[in-house]
Amino acid sequence: MNRDADIRKVLEAVTDPEIPVISIEELGILREIVQEENSIIIFISPTYSGCPAMDIIAFDIKKAMAEKGYQNVEVKYQLSPAWTTDDISDVGREKLKNYGIAPPEKLMPNENGLFQNEKNPSCPRCNSENTKLISLFGSTPCKSLHQCLDCQEPFDRFKCH
Amino acid sequence: MKNWDSLNLFHHYVLEIADNTLILGQQLCEWCGHGPILEQDIALSNIALDLLGQSRLYYQYLSESTGGNFKEDDFLMYRDARKYRNSLLVEMPNGNWGTTITRQFLFDQFHILLLQKLSESSDQRLAEIAVKSIKEVKYHQRFSAEWVIRLGDGTQESHVIMQDSVDELYKYTCDFFVSTEADQYAASNGICAIPTEFEQLYYANVNGILQEATLKIPEIKKPIYSGKKGYHTEKLGYILAELQYMENMYPNCEW
Repeated sequence: MNRDADIRKVLEAVTDPEIPVISIEELGILREIVQEENSIIIFISPTYSGCPAMDIIAFDIKKAMAEKGYQNVEVKYQLSPAWTTDDISDVGREKLKNYGIAPPEKLMPNENGLFQNEKNPSCPRCNSENTKLISLFGSTPCKSLHQCLDCQEPFDRFKCH
Repeated sequence: MKNWDSLNLFHHYVLEIADNTLILGQQLCEWCGHGPILEQDIALSNIALDLLGQSRLYYQYLSESTGGNFKEDDFLMYRDARKYRNSLLVEMPNGNWGTTITRQFLFDQFHILLLQKLSESSDQRLAEIAVKSIKEVKYHQRFSAEWVIRLGDGTQESHVIMQDSVDELYKYTCDFFVSTEADQYAASNGICAIPTEFEQLYYANVNGILQEATLKIPEIKKPIYSGKKGYHTEKLGYILAELQYMENMYPNCEW
């Protein structure tokens, strides 16, 4: 019996509380699962230093594990290697898009100078490429704010990190 | 009573960094609900959250490295102004939007250089925190620099407001480069380069953007005291009064 796989199966039910369609595994923040004799330590990595969802995620992990009968579960934060949006899985990206959030590209800001936008993300609703950046800071630390110039809808984008 | 004298130079060094991000983050929180437009209100709150999150990583580390003698919150709640080691710039009041942007810009440009050095630290934990923080601070840096240019090279009115802010705040940047005993300890132990090592680069970057913003670069008249040594302006007292209010009224409260 592969206990690690069993645990990962349980954790599939744990999602990001701010984007409840994507699991912590798909988001790439679930790191190691260490099984000791009498306890299980689950390592997760914060997306942003100040992400207020981390405490809730830790609570949700313990709850999901307890419901399946796992006792003595400890959740620890792991800083290194630092989480990056490249850690989001392809399935995760697809789910983000279907949820109305444009998935991240692979460029950090100001690597090509001030006032330069990275390639504009395509609109998650109508797929138009004709979009503009409204603000680099959105409704949560991990998102920026954009608008589609064709369907006119504003949308969030998971920003590169 | 906590025995603050038991802290060593390493702890003092980490406090220099953590107190900067804490005090600036705390001040930015005051903008929440008062920003000129919604998007910028949200931007400052996001930056505040990043800075407070980074502060927590440092204070948690400090707590661990004192063997738990000091809790994370002790560092915030049970030190008076004299024991805070933030640089003077970050305790300057929010003022108007131009003042806040200028303060942010002058800090971000320093912050990124410091973190780049810290990411090569011999102290693994500090290096990890720095690598994590750099990703966030790059966004802050771009935000504040763009605003400085947009407003400095904007309308006549915005230009005057920005020049006033720069004239008022620029002098406090020299406090970043005061070498304390803790800085020297950090440098000689490979924890982080002494700040004067990147002082020239800092002013080259800052002045370059100020020039692009058509702003005049003021002469520096060095303040006589240094926040890094615990000598602050009266302004820090007001910030701490608010920050520590709840803990003072209801010690050890939890919710």
